[in-house]
Amino acid sequence: MSDDHTATDTDPWARLARLTPARIGLGRVGSGLPTREVLRFGLAHAQARDAVHTPLDGETVRAGIAALGFDTLALASAAPDRATYLRRPDLGRALGDEAQAALAARGDGPVDLALVVADGLSARAVHEGAAGFLAAFQPHIARAGWRLAPVVVATQARVALGDGIGAALKARAVVVIIGERPGLSSPDSLGLYLTFGPRVGRSDAERNCISNVRPAGLSHELAAFKLDWLLTQAFALGISGVSLKDGSGPALEAAPDPTKLGPGPTGQPPA
Amino acid sequence: MAYRHIVGPRTHVFADLATLMAKATPVRSGDRLAGVAAESAEEEMAARWCLADVPLREILARPLIPYEDDDVTRLILDTHDVPAFADIAHLTVGDFREFLLTATSETLARIAPGITPEIAAAVSKIMRNQDLILVARKCRVVTRFRNTIGLPGRLAVRLQPNHPTDDAAGITASILDGLSYGCGDAVIGLNPASDSVSTLSGLLRLFDDLIRRLEIPTQGCILTHVTTTIEAMNRGLPVDLVFQSIAGTQGANASFGVTLPILREAHEAALALKRGTIGDNCMYFETGQGSALSAGQHHGIDQQTLEARAYAVARPFRPLLVNTVVGFIGPEYLYDGKEIIRAGLEDHFCGKLMGVPLGVDVCYTNHAEADQNDMDTLLTLLGTAGCNFVMGIPGADDVMLNYQSTSFHDSLYLREVLGLKRAPEFEAWLAQIGLTDADGTLLQEGPSARLIAAAPGLGDRGMAA
Repeated sequence: MSDDHTATDTDPWARLARLTPARIGLGRVGSGLPTREVLRFGLAHAQARDAVHTPLDGETVRAGIAALGFDTLALASAAPDRATYLRRPDLGRALGDEAQAALAARGDGPVDLALVVADGLSARAVHEGAAGFLAAFQPHIARAGWRLAPVVVATQARVALGDGIGAALKARAVVVIIGERPGLSSPDSLGLYLTFGPRVGRSDAERNCISNVRPAGLSHELAAFKLDWLLTQAFALGISGVSLKDGSGPALEAAPDPTKLGPGPTGQPPA
Repeated sequence: MAYRHIVGPRTHVFADLATLMAKATPVRSGDRLAGVAAESAEEEMAARWCLADVPLREILARPLIPYEDDDVTRLILDTHDVPAFADIAHLTVGDFREFLLTATSETLARIAPGITPEIAAAVSKIMRNQDLILVARKCRVVTRFRNTIGLPGRLAVRLQPNHPTDDAAGITASILDGLSYGCGDAVIGLNPASDSVSTLSGLLRLFDDLIRRLEIPTQGCILTHVTTTIEAMNRGLPVDLVFQSIAGTQGANASFGVTLPILREAHEAALALKRGTIGDNCMYFETGQGSALSAGQHHGIDQQTLEARAYAVARPFRPLLVNTVVGFIGPEYLYDGKEIIRAGLEDHFCGKLMGVPLGVDVCYTNHAEADQNDMDTLLTLLGTAGCNFVMGIPGADDVMLNYQSTSFHDSLYLREVLGLKRAPEFEAWLAQIGLTDADGTLLQEGPSARLIAAAPGLGDRGMAA
């Protein structure tokens, strides 16, 4: 960027605006915002609200995951609807009666890893990103040789719902792939939460999180690489959470060609 | 001791004072989540009738959390100003509401040290929104560091220039934008994304440099954990205000990693720096209903009463600013615009009644049933109620914390509608550098360019990065 003083004097605010994603240099009309800015804000809020309230299309999500070759299983939390889910986080962390019965009826053997795709606070993030992320993560599973439980697609779900699911599926670790609370400019963000030794009552301090997985944030490929690193460490050390720090940075630099890992808006698996 | 109230054929029984106060609270999702809310609309009103008859002395005599178990209770009772309480000692909660409606500003200032948070919370529960506004408007809590905040007819704004990666140029750009709307008299206060001391030292120097170069009569603050700020002061870094989030129980404060002795240590260190020019109010606290429940440290007490207890934690430190971040915590505590608006008015009232300089972050998250219209309503009500300060965030969109608050423009709206002025020293500075006319109105023609012209060094710094 030039330091040309004349340019600074003529259009300084457009140039300042490039320095931050914050909404600066909006202009004003009297004490108010220009019409275009009121509408721009309203649209962003509408998209964030829709992300929260659009119900998860579980069938389509399952079909997309099944098309990758995964077995799938649909489960619901104890929160009967969105309004209850938002008021009662405890119900979103507990399995519903049907889900408990369905899990109890299964005779799954012990596995290394259970994957749970959960609507969380943004079904849109799951619709647009879950299958793409799993496609990116699939080669890592194959390379490590982890035994896998069916991929659970969970509705009205919070992160801790994965604890009960992981325990019922006799998994050594569970990863919950969940729609994050949407920001005004990030309605499509997935979070990945890893818990080693899942059982009901695990605390958030016992989890590792990879956040901001979305086209304009952390790519599917990079997120898959980080998750692989964390899972490998968790299995080796028998822990997850605050005592397991994300040290995937050096590993990433040592990888053959890290630029191949991302960024990619469509979440295509690495070659 | 159980409390009873008879409504027609039914007798409503409340096991103890904590239960009575919880059930008398206008219902909100956080109290439901905690299992302490009234279970019917009639029970809620029966509790209010019953609470109205409770003597204020009885509230003092029955601590909601035992003295032995909680250092906030000990602080409240050990520092209670008995002479200040004398004027109201004979009243019930219901009498006290009527006393407040007719009390003068002088009387309210005199009794403030005698009002415990439980007394403030109790009376607020039987007050309507208009009562909360009318009484708070008469309570004046004036504080000073480099300017004067809380004078009647004035409203200050915290300029909140957050950036997702703490980029110095990006933060500077937001600060210049905010100043160009005449915001920043309460504080220029950043929530950093990082908590490393090296990042924070760069930000502290940036703020100090900017305030000194532009000669702005205001103060800066990097809102990081109090122990990190103590470390920064030990290293000789330029700290104006010490920030900390606080709550109304010892356990909830412990979950924030803070104790009363740590706060005292920080306060003494900041006082010793003597960086204030016209006053020594050097603490900045943030609070919010639901924080104790969120930490599992609520002792079965309703969230609004616990919020008032947080103001008792703040009070002995004579803070410059106390900010209730009212809608940030999410819909499991305050579900919708109606609950957020009520909570904002309650918090502001309770703080002011106790003599604490309350401002409000009028805000919401995207999973709450609220929008910018609700924020307009609460902002307008708080302006009417004489709120000390509100937030100014570019376009009301915090791109670091991912929530919506009030914007620079919103403060202009409030000033125009209610005739509210800025802190007097800051107002004079804006006129002096040519951003406003003598009346405090932004000059129509290119105020932004004028600001950069007044700060070419900072402008270049922003441009260069």
